Amino acid sequence: MSEVKFSKEHEWIILEGEIATIGITKHATEMLGDIVFAELPEKGSNVEKDGTAGVVESTKAASDVYTPVSGEVIDLNQSIVDDPSKINQDPENSAWFFKLKIKDKSEMDTLMSKDEYDIFAKESSA
Amino acid sequence: MDTKKTSLYQLHQDSKAKFVEFAGYQMPIQYSEGIVEEHRYTRNHSGIFDVSHMGQLFIYGQEDLVDDLERIFPLDLKNLKLNHSKYSFLMSDNAGIYDDLIITKIKDGFLIILNAACKENDYKILKELLNDKYKMILDEERSLIAIQGPKSVEILKSVIQGVENLNFMSGNWFTLDDHNIYVTRSGYTGEDGFEVSLTNEFADRFTRRLIDKGAKLIGLGARDTLRLEAGLCLYGHELSKDKTPVEANLKWAISKERILKGNFIGSDIITKQLNHGVNKIRVGIKPEGRIIAREKTKIYNESNSEIGEITSGTFGPSVNGPVAMGYVENKFSKKDTKIFLEVRGKKHPATICGLPFYKKSYVKGVN
Repeated sequence: MSEVKFSKEHEWIILEGEIATIGITKHATEMLGDIVFAELPEKGSNVEKDGTAGVVESTKAASDVYTPVSGEVIDLNQSIVDDPSKINQDPENSAWFFKLKIKDKSEMDTLMSKDEYDIFAKESSA
Repeated sequence: MDTKKTSLYQLHQDSKAKFVEFAGYQMPIQYSEGIVEEHRYTRNHSGIFDVSHMGQLFIYGQEDLVDDLERIFPLDLKNLKLNHSKYSFLMSDNAGIYDDLIITKIKDGFLIILNAACKENDYKILKELLNDKYKMILDEERSLIAIQGPKSVEILKSVIQGVENLNFMSGNWFTLDDHNIYVTRSGYTGEDGFEVSLTNEFADRFTRRLIDKGAKLIGLGARDTLRLEAGLCLYGHELSKDKTPVEANLKWAISKERILKGNFIGSDIITKQLNHGVNKIRVGIKPEGRIIAREKTKIYNESNSEIGEITSGTFGPSVNGPVAMGYVENKFSKKDTKIFLEVRGKKHPATICGLPFYKKSYVKGVN
């Protein structure tokens, strides 16, 4: 398993072979507040790096979810659609959003490490 | 212009509030537990709301003031008993709503609670309509604290004895530590509760006492989900200058006596709309599934014609699902009518429903 990487749009991604698992960061859930709605991309669809690939809504507002890499959507986490509060409870583990068959592994190199993201998140919320 | 702070600002900060600017004030949108938990705490226990940004307008006068105010408000003020309150509106000549308000008969005059964003304009309009005949004070020296939810009566009476004897939409003066406090049994959450008007200097100490007794601070975020579940209108969303009380489905708040006699600002339009109906009317809307339709979402009928627009929409924590209000063409306003809401380019099914979404539990008769 590769190390977890992070995007500027506050998604995390883990690559295992060709399969990338993607979710939103704990920092993102703290900024959003209580998540009450989640919409995922369609299974079988192709998504492009930095394109929208879902929506989360808090009681206050809707926010797009972006995909940090390009690929084909091969699996969805229906449990977060059925109970979106799971995203607040365990955002960086069981409440993953979708899995992609990655198109171009080099896209991973454009993303941030955990340390880089922590600094980025701190600065962007200041 | 600098944003204003209420007397509870320090307390909000101590309680780790996230702030937003609202109507020129720094107000808490939520605290550390978050909107859903704050909402539930109010429904199940007792929530404290800082509503000090709202206007507290005192107008002093006797019988001629009652006559003059009846020319402005569609209320039977002659028969409004001392310390009793009514919900009403300040309207334009064509019955557009400048503000919705609560007016209470007090000794020597009336107390009117106004929306924060409207209060300065309301003051100007009222001063002009009353020809500057009466002493009018938009009191910035007083704070307004609401305490709402089923445990509020126990909590508040342990601090101010006697409040438990107030009936819904009535109030009285109380004294606490030599401070004069005006308490009404009212609120805007669909729960039993009180609104407490007190001096700014006493507000912080008083509120900390309520917290010591088990009430928790609640932000504007949960105030919005609570009022929406209760089917209550919010100025700037359901209500505005281009909506009338009849269109807003608030005709219950207009005195029947006064409609027969007319002679209040906007009465011609109100009478006409009551007799001949309106084109658009406010309704409750229940989206199917979990989709949230927010303000400005377009509403369609089954034959794909646009019939209206959402004015407020969110997730209702007590309903455990999405809730909304909006205006639709009158002929599509019947309960159970199937409609469609356009969210992110897709049309989602929904149903016109009765209000409130969440059944209220106001205390009507205590004695």
